Amino acid sequence: MSRKTLTRRQFVAATAMSSAALITAPYVRGAYAAGKLSIGFWDHWVPGANKASTDLVNEWAAKEKVEVSIDYITSNNKKIELTAAAEAQAKSGHDILQMPSWWPQAYAENLEPLNDVVEPLLKQNGEVNGTVKYLGNSGGKWLAVPATPGSQIKGPCSRIDLMKQHAGIDVQEMYPAGSPPKADNWTMETFLKAAEACQKAGFAFGIGLGETTDSVDTAGAIFQSFGAELVNAKGDITVKTDQVRQAMEFYKKLIAFLPPDAPSWDDASNNKWLISGRGAMILNPPSAWAVAKRDAPQVAEQCWTHGFPSGPKGRFAPYLPYFWGVWSFGKNKEAAKSLLVHLSAPSSIEKFVAVSGGYDLPAYANMTKFKTWAEEGPPKGTLYHYPDPHKHQTLSIAASPAPPKIAQQIYFQATLTKMALRYARGETLEQALAWAEGECEGFMRS
Amino acid sequence: MADVVVERGRVARAAGARRGSSLRNALGRKSTVAFFLTLPLILLIALLVLYPAFYSVHLATLNKSMTKFVGFGNFTFLFKRETFWMVVQQSCIFAITAVIFKALIGFIVAHFVHNIPAKGQRKWRGMLLVPWVIPPAMSTLAWLWLFDPSYSAFNYTLSFFGVGPIPWLGDTFWARFSVILVNIWYGAPFFMIMYLAALKSVPDQLYEAAAIDGANWWQRIWYVTLPMMRNIIAITTLFSLIVTFANFDIVRILTSGGPLDTTHLFATWAFQVGIQSSDIPLGACVSLFMVPILAVAAIFILRDVNKRGNEA
Repeated sequence: MSRKTLTRRQFVAATAMSSAALITAPYVRGAYAAGKLSIGFWDHWVPGANKASTDLVNEWAAKEKVEVSIDYITSNNKKIELTAAAEAQAKSGHDILQMPSWWPQAYAENLEPLNDVVEPLLKQNGEVNGTVKYLGNSGGKWLAVPATPGSQIKGPCSRIDLMKQHAGIDVQEMYPAGSPPKADNWTMETFLKAAEACQKAGFAFGIGLGETTDSVDTAGAIFQSFGAELVNAKGDITVKTDQVRQAMEFYKKLIAFLPPDAPSWDDASNNKWLISGRGAMILNPPSAWAVAKRDAPQVAEQCWTHGFPSGPKGRFAPYLPYFWGVWSFGKNKEAAKSLLVHLSAPSSIEKFVAVSGGYDLPAYANMTKFKTWAEEGPPKGTLYHYPDPHKHQTLSIAASPAPPKIAQQIYFQATLTKMALRYARGETLEQALAWAEGECEGFMRS
Repeated sequence: MADVVVERGRVARAAGARRGSSLRNALGRKSTVAFFLTLPLILLIALLVLYPAFYSVHLATLNKSMTKFVGFGNFTFLFKRETFWMVVQQSCIFAITAVIFKALIGFIVAHFVHNIPAKGQRKWRGMLLVPWVIPPAMSTLAWLWLFDPSYSAFNYTLSFFGVGPIPWLGDTFWARFSVILVNIWYGAPFFMIMYLAALKSVPDQLYEAAAIDGANWWQRIWYVTLPMMRNIIAITTLFSLIVTFANFDIVRILTSGGPLDTTHLFATWAFQVGIQSSDIPLGACVSLFMVPILAVAAIFILRDVNKRGNEA
């Protein structure tokens, strides 16, 4: 017998249950449903580049009926690092936070595993390089999704005219636009001779010896090209090896040809050096060239971005990827994952690259030949070799392959540039090595 | 028994009345009112100062991954680090040199301003306070451009005299000189305004009496001005020592601690270790080292102030 009347008790119970369901609904739904999502993106320094992220997020939000809020956080004075540290401590904050290179490993315990997002992306977009795996994957667990915005290679950006005139090197011939590099002779030895010639002509290479990332990244690539590791992949200290000694000798010779105030350079100094017309080469992503296009067009039209010189152990280029991480304490992880898939679609990646004028680099193997890099100029093709389309060099990060939590300290304490500078400033090689060894011992804390 | 009950009731009523009146008295007391008026501030300080302070003590006792209590392990680790002792030494050099020069310049300029006729004095006071009222992060950026490796206005000017270029931020001596110079530029107006206020409170009769006794300019300063300003000098010095010791922005913007860590202070090194290298417990530990050093300075200076206060 069916009852047709509704008692007061049943009415109250039904109301309570439906209210509870409505309140909790946004947090228990599947990926393609409504809810709120809070995002912290890196504040891009290319004007208008943030709009690409906003448009892509809004496009996804409208389709999925998700309410989104985006904060653009500057990397100036480590604001992103501070935000990550605060959110990890408070176990509260954005659902998605864009993080610079070392941070996924630093907060591995607080990040949601993203294998279900990254593995299909690798099938769709191609494999990622070893540095992305080293920084974004821990014991088979993907800690974060490689982000296109902000990821960069800090390769040489040379002055075509000055390199030809003073060092006798035609960088366009060595790295022709649209074709594979013909750079077998582009070695550390050639690089050193060119540095000397340009310095004597009054156009020294603009390479910093400070404690900020540009200086450290250059040192990292040079050390790696000699096979020099301060700490190996197992976590053993390997400072006092022949490879490290060779790298130190090379660096000492190079420092003699760098600007005398290079030890005080920050990440803006090399850009200024190129734009002011005082340098024949800097090691930087194309941001300096992009600013020169606006402020010093006569300099910009002589700039050519190309590959790193090779050393005895190979050709390494400094690579700095960004990641999108999802906090394990986030409230809408499924929606966050869905958005990250959307932001990593080939069409989204192409949009990021185009809007940033070629600055942003996708981590995926099949995403290095967009027309933006081939067409950007002047001179046309100046960025063709920026994403390393012919896999000509190993993309690496300074202090790798040491375990990431040790490497992060070597990197941020600028141990590589400091030890090279100590040697160049009069300490004996053994003193400089002993100092570096002591520093590395201090980084072994767990 | 009944008497006793009556007595007890009377005693109880009397006690109740006394309690009521003592509560009224307590609430009516100026000190109680003052306490309640300051309570919001006390709560604010507890929330924004005491809680973070105790939390940083707690952090300093954890291991790097913040999963284990290690007691004084981080402190003993720091004692073995060469860079840590360099930072201690540099913080002392930075704070002591900067405070001495700020006090000296503030004292001299306060005298100059004091001697300007009252009509024009306000303008000078306002102008001289400008460095102190501009947010230091902004003014330090302007200094960074003056010291800039590629576009240094100082080096450009010096080149007309055949001097330089000076590596303002690239050489240890010049980098230390530069960060101290900017700190003095920023902090001297604070000393100036405090000393000016103290100078104005020195009674003119004392100078007149000194003049009758035949005291010269130096003797007037030594025997009248300085003794009358001693407490202000002590308090200002202590306050400035604390702020200078804990300085962050000037060094962070100008040198980031370089070259070769030779300009790092406690705060900048703590930031590098704690935030950039993701070792928050060690960073907390570095910043806590300022406390005993400043506490010793505070005890000595305040004890001296109290002593003189009692003598007065």
